[in-house]
Amino acid sequence: MNKQDWKILLVDDEHEFITTLAERLELRGIAARVVFDGESALLAVAQDEPHVMVLDVLMPGIKGLEVLERVKRSNPRVQVLLLTGHGSTRDGIEGMRLGAFDYMMKPLSIDTLIEKMESAIDYAGKAANLGQ
Amino acid sequence: MRKLAALIKHPLRELTSDVDDAVSPERYTTLRRNIIALMVAATLIPLSVMAVLNYYEHQNAMAREIQNPLRVLVNKTKNSFELFLAERTSTVSLIASAYTYAELADEQKLARIFSVMKREFEGFVDLGLIDEHGTQVNYVGPYALAGKNYADQRWFQEVRLKGKYVSDVFMGLRKFPHVIIAVQHMTEDGRTWILRATLDTRQFERIIASMSLEPDADAFLVNTQGLLQTSSNNYGKVLEKLTFPLPPLTFEPTVLTMIDPLGREVFLAYAYFPEADFVLMAAKPRSSSLKTWYTVRGDLLFIFVAGVALVLFAAMRVTDALIRRMKEAEDRRELALREVEHSQKLSSIGRLAAGVAHEVNNPLAIINEKTGLMKDILSIQPDFPAKEKLLVQVDSVLRAVERCRGITHRMLGFARRMDVSIEELDLTELIRETAGFLANEAMHRKVDVQLDLDPELPRIVSDRSQLQQVFLNLLNNALAAVADGGSIMVSAQPDEAGVLVSVKDNGCGMSDETMKHIFEPFFTTKKGKGTGLGLSITYGIIKRLGGDIAVESTQGVGTTLTITLPKGQREALA
Repeated sequence: MNKQDWKILLVDDEHEFITTLAERLELRGIAARVVFDGESALLAVAQDEPHVMVLDVLMPGIKGLEVLERVKRSNPRVQVLLLTGHGSTRDGIEGMRLGAFDYMMKPLSIDTLIEKMESAIDYAGKAANLGQ
Repeated sequence: MRKLAALIKHPLRELTSDVDDAVSPERYTTLRRNIIALMVAATLIPLSVMAVLNYYEHQNAMAREIQNPLRVLVNKTKNSFELFLAERTSTVSLIASAYTYAELADEQKLARIFSVMKREFEGFVDLGLIDEHGTQVNYVGPYALAGKNYADQRWFQEVRLKGKYVSDVFMGLRKFPHVIIAVQHMTEDGRTWILRATLDTRQFERIIASMSLEPDADAFLVNTQGLLQTSSNNYGKVLEKLTFPLPPLTFEPTVLTMIDPLGREVFLAYAYFPEADFVLMAAKPRSSSLKTWYTVRGDLLFIFVAGVALVLFAAMRVTDALIRRMKEAEDRRELALREVEHSQKLSSIGRLAAGVAHEVNNPLAIINEKTGLMKDILSIQPDFPAKEKLLVQVDSVLRAVERCRGITHRMLGFARRMDVSIEELDLTELIRETAGFLANEAMHRKVDVQLDLDPELPRIVSDRSQLQQVFLNLLNNALAAVADGGSIMVSAQPDEAGVLVSVKDNGCGMSDETMKHIFEPFFTTKKGKGTGLGLSITYGIIKRLGGDIAVESTQGVGTTLTITLPKGQREALA
């Protein structure tokens, strides 16, 4: 799948961070939709299922891990990359247990992020093929 | 009693209070003294009571053992004396009754009677007939006593009064100790006369000799005035005054203990004669009688002293061991408290570090993204005079962000290390779950991940999330090392110390040089992709959890990382 066809959803309450990240992705030809809280994220997933969701763990309102759990339940094909601002690997590991594809720590390298998105989409594709 | 109760309660109170308070060496000294005192009292008081009771009981038993034969002997001898005197008195009485006055007054007849008496009964010295006026009308014996008048002598008065008389021992006219037996007889016509015989007291000595006493023992006869009737070995000659006062009157043979005039402690057995004015006495020194007792007493004393020594020794040893244990426990407790305090301090620092890192990471992420965007925009702009310079500035900011990232990540790493949460866990389940995280990638790359987990693996007490990070690191490394289609084997089995887990891959392996450095921080072979912290963090975690990690690797063949983990954290920290 071409990068232009990727559907990415970015979820973080840090507006400055996430909008800038979206802008940079767009410069690289990746279209990304941005929401700032868990509820909007769930809504966005329900409206238009993304390939990859980049999800901040620590947010006001519905927490990242809960969003993950609910999305994995409703839309299991969505690959989730967790973002965490602090060092607790507990959240990352817990996230992976709940079905996240991987987790990353802020600040992150955009190249690494794109590599992981690629792996996730690749994996999702293979998994879908295996499932058929 | 209250003091005793206090003594009994005291060490216990000490024990409990000592656990609560910091214990000074003086308090241990006091405690040691109290415990020893309590143990010694608890053992020595019953032991002493038993010893004293035993001592007196034994002594009394032994004394009884000695006194009884002595009492019996005195009784028998007294009976012998009484029999002797009764026989002689009966003989004289019989003669007085069997013969008439005229016959007895006949010298020849009396001599014949006397010779028969002497032949049949030992001890008769002479025999005389005395008329009612006290004149000896006839006499047979070694002395010229015929015609002697006894009217004013006490014995004459007494025989006239009582009809019979046995005298004390006396010298009298004969000049040797003797006893007289006198019997009064009354004829049908109312005339009275007295037949009197003298007995040699050597017979008495013979009876006493027949008692067969030991050389240091003594037996003798005294009269009720305290004059010796037979010679005593220790208390005077015959007819001398006995050197100690007479014991209380009793006709039953009695034994008493006394200090004799020679200063010896003696058993004195005695009995008064009911029919005569005599007391038979036998004295036996306690020391010779109680030789056996003294031996037993020596043994008893030895056993007691040995028992006391043993009790003291045992009390001291036991107390020392107890105090040592308490000290050790106290030390361990203090150490544990210090450790808890230390880890609490570190934990607070850790939480603070995590908070700071988190707070800094978010704005840092914004700077990173904004600067990144600036760089992106600059990069796509056509050249302009300051473009290169601006790009240099932007890169400089990005490098600074990277440095800050390194700092916050180290702080977070530190916080993680402090964030230890110990629980009992099933390692099999943990490994299976962790391997599950990487199943996606493994499947993607067709890497065969095999798990060989012993079902008998014991549950261990450790930190779940830290161990998960360890296994995640190891599996990630293995996955990075193997080519697509490679294989990874994770095995876990019980070990003497706890559990042995190994992660084996058939990847590229490592050189000896690389192996030397793999646990060092920032050492990486992943060429820009890795942080170089994975194995150093793993190493730190494993060491902190009380385990160990070892590596074996052959270039081109593969690598095996083996972890040992203790069953419990206490063992690990001990």
